[in-house]
Amino acid sequence: MSRSLKKGPFIDAKLYAKVDALNSSGQKKVIKTWARRSTIPPEFVGHTIAVHNGIKFIPVYITENMVGHKLGEFALTRTYRGHAGKSEKQSRVR
Amino acid sequence: MARIAGVDLPKNKQVGIGLTYIFGIGRSVAAKICQDTGVDPQTRVHQLTDDQIKAIREYIIQSHKVEGALKSEINMNIKRLIDIGCYRGTRHKLGLPVRGQRTSTNARTRKGRRRAITKKKK
Repeated sequence: MSRSLKKGPFIDAKLYAKVDALNSSGQKKVIKTWARRSTIPPEFVGHTIAVHNGIKFIPVYITENMVGHKLGEFALTRTYRGHAGKSEKQSRVR
Repeated sequence: MARIAGVDLPKNKQVGIGLTYIFGIGRSVAAKICQDTGVDPQTRVHQLTDDQIKAIREYIIQSHKVEGALKSEINMNIKRLIDIGCYRGTRHKLGLPVRGQRTSTNARTRKGRRRAITKKKK
């Protein structure tokens, strides 16, 4: 079920404040964050945000198309190395 | 022969059903079209007058995205997901279920026919 419109999108407040500060000072810096649940607002576009995936921070460059998605969608938490028995060649195609 | 949105409608079906042969039009949209154009959904397709066909055709062009345009829109949406590299995009790319369904069993619609697992030889 989708989130109630009444509440508006969930945006991590601290992260938003940091991006806001970068926007007003015109800087571009990579921001590390654990806030995978945060929706991407239009203000994030053009910034690189390092999203934690449980082990490390995955740098995500935010483009216009990503607005409305959650940060966590861009930093996968699972590794998949293919199934056993698949030949080397097949798994390399991926 | 009623030809609407590039599709030949089946002659002997009722209009309410026949319209659903167009991609993007289901039962409820077909009923709405009949209501708004003043066509009785129970009439057979081959009994439609030219005026009625024209009215239906124009109504669909105005109000609904069907067939090729709809298919390309769907593909564009999927392509967008793949291009931005999000989780849903990678699931589309791998041909696995996108909405969090289990894949240990089932998920055959997305994964296709079962492939036999070749056992390792010792």
